[in-house]
Amino acid sequence: MQVTSRFNPPFGAAIQLSNVTAGYEKNVVFDGLSLEIAAGQFAGIVGPTACGKTTLLKIILGIHPVISGKIQLHNNPANKVKPGAIGYVPQLGSVDWNFPVTVEEVITMGLYTNGRILPWLSKEERKSVRDLAHRLGVEDCLKQHIIDISGGQRQRAFLARALISSPKLLILDEPTSGIDIKTQHEVLHLLRDINSEGITILLTTHDLNAVASHLPWVICFNRGVVAQGQPHDIFTNEILTRTYGGDIVIIKYEGHLLIANSTPLHFMDEKH
Amino acid sequence: MEFLLEPLEYEFFRRALLAALLVGACGGMIGVYVVLRGMSYVGHGLSHAAIGGAIVGFTLNLNFYAGAFAMGLLAVLVINKITQNNKIKLDAAIGIVTTAMFALGVAIVSKLRNFKQNFEAALFGNILGITDDDLVVIGLVTATTLITLFFTYRALLFSTFDPEAARVLGIKTESVQFLFSLLLTFSVIASLNVIGVTLVAATLIAPAMTARMLTESFSKMLIYSTLIGSVTGIIGMYLSYIFNVASGTTIVLFSALLFSLSLLKKTYP
Repeated sequence: MQVTSRFNPPFGAAIQLSNVTAGYEKNVVFDGLSLEIAAGQFAGIVGPTACGKTTLLKIILGIHPVISGKIQLHNNPANKVKPGAIGYVPQLGSVDWNFPVTVEEVITMGLYTNGRILPWLSKEERKSVRDLAHRLGVEDCLKQHIIDISGGQRQRAFLARALISSPKLLILDEPTSGIDIKTQHEVLHLLRDINSEGITILLTTHDLNAVASHLPWVICFNRGVVAQGQPHDIFTNEILTRTYGGDIVIIKYEGHLLIANSTPLHFMDEKH
Repeated sequence: MEFLLEPLEYEFFRRALLAALLVGACGGMIGVYVVLRGMSYVGHGLSHAAIGGAIVGFTLNLNFYAGAFAMGLLAVLVINKITQNNKIKLDAAIGIVTTAMFALGVAIVSKLRNFKQNFEAALFGNILGITDDDLVVIGLVTATTLITLFFTYRALLFSTFDPEAARVLGIKTESVQFLFSLLLTFSVIASLNVIGVTLVAATLIAPAMTARMLTESFSKMLIYSTLIGSVTGIIGMYLSYIFNVASGTTIVLFSALLFSLSLLKKTYP
């Protein structure tokens, strides 16, 4: 099935997957997947745990091999993309917070490119680190250890690392997990600002309400694309039930969407 | 002041001091990555594999370093291969591979009685018997480690902290890992004659752990650990001379004391 995001068509495709099959050893995660994300898009992938969201991100990032099929990024084969053209923010749950690095050291990791010889930064690079840190609101904690800053600042520090190489495409794996609701809003607003500068953003999340209120484009995924479009069109009981396999309640109130699991807790208790 | 100058009159002490300084600096530098990559047990295992190789080399009339390096490299390659599919954990692979190689050496020693004295020197170190050749090897390994770590600073830091994101940015993390393993093998083998198989792991780990207690910055940890390793080597040698205790053990005990003090300072600031 060929599914195309048409939210922002004038720029062409930032990500194009054609008939891609991927998996781990004998376990095929998805088979014959075709998907296009328009350049300039701000899209979120939602779906149940182990539905292949992270695998999808990893094959786009080029760090997990595909069994068959073709991946193109900005009309170039994915393996020909220059280092630094994609910014990546991993799940912060996987970070070793006791590792001895300051916020500044985390951001400057993003300045690595193949062929770099000297370990220290040039004057221009130092200025770009300071400017970006200022823009993302982490300038005051550049010398602090990563464990000593708030959840929102951590997310911003890793975002700065991903943005320091001026990528055209930004990929984030569950940027809304493990942070409180206020920080979640701050991060998503910040991403929207970054997107408005022309950077294509693709993220995964489990938070359907955050997607409904902040993202212009959503892809429902479960070992393949179930549906994609604007949240108001896509977040229907039928599509979400097909995606998650459970009954989902959707409340529309004054133009806002609220999504909840309809299964009562006492029913869950009885089942267990 | 005289107690500092008096031992320097002896040629063997000057050699030993230089060897301890270089081995300490080298171990301090590379130890930071060993600790942060969770490879502390690799250094310990490699020293055992290397000594097995040195003994095999001895029976084949090879140079001590040639046999040790060949077996150390073989151990790295086999361990990497075994752990590649994630079914066998690193500690288990090190346990079986390096112990088997060490056992091979012990088996040969039990057959060849004339190697017994050299074997003991390799087990516990023989810093006072350091030759010019040993100094050249130690100097070359320290210089190679310093230069390599300097030019691969960012790639090593990024791939140690976040290997997945490092790969996205074009860092060949498997090559970095192999290069690092190679450096570690060199360092362990260069330290064998100075510190001995049983103590070499401590010279890799203790300075880095002490440095970690003193700073939250990676670049500072690297500098502190190198300095602590060097200073520990020098002071350990003097203590060894003053108290007439084996030099390898004095160096290791002094580095353990420094770590304990740094831990106390961190716990009760």
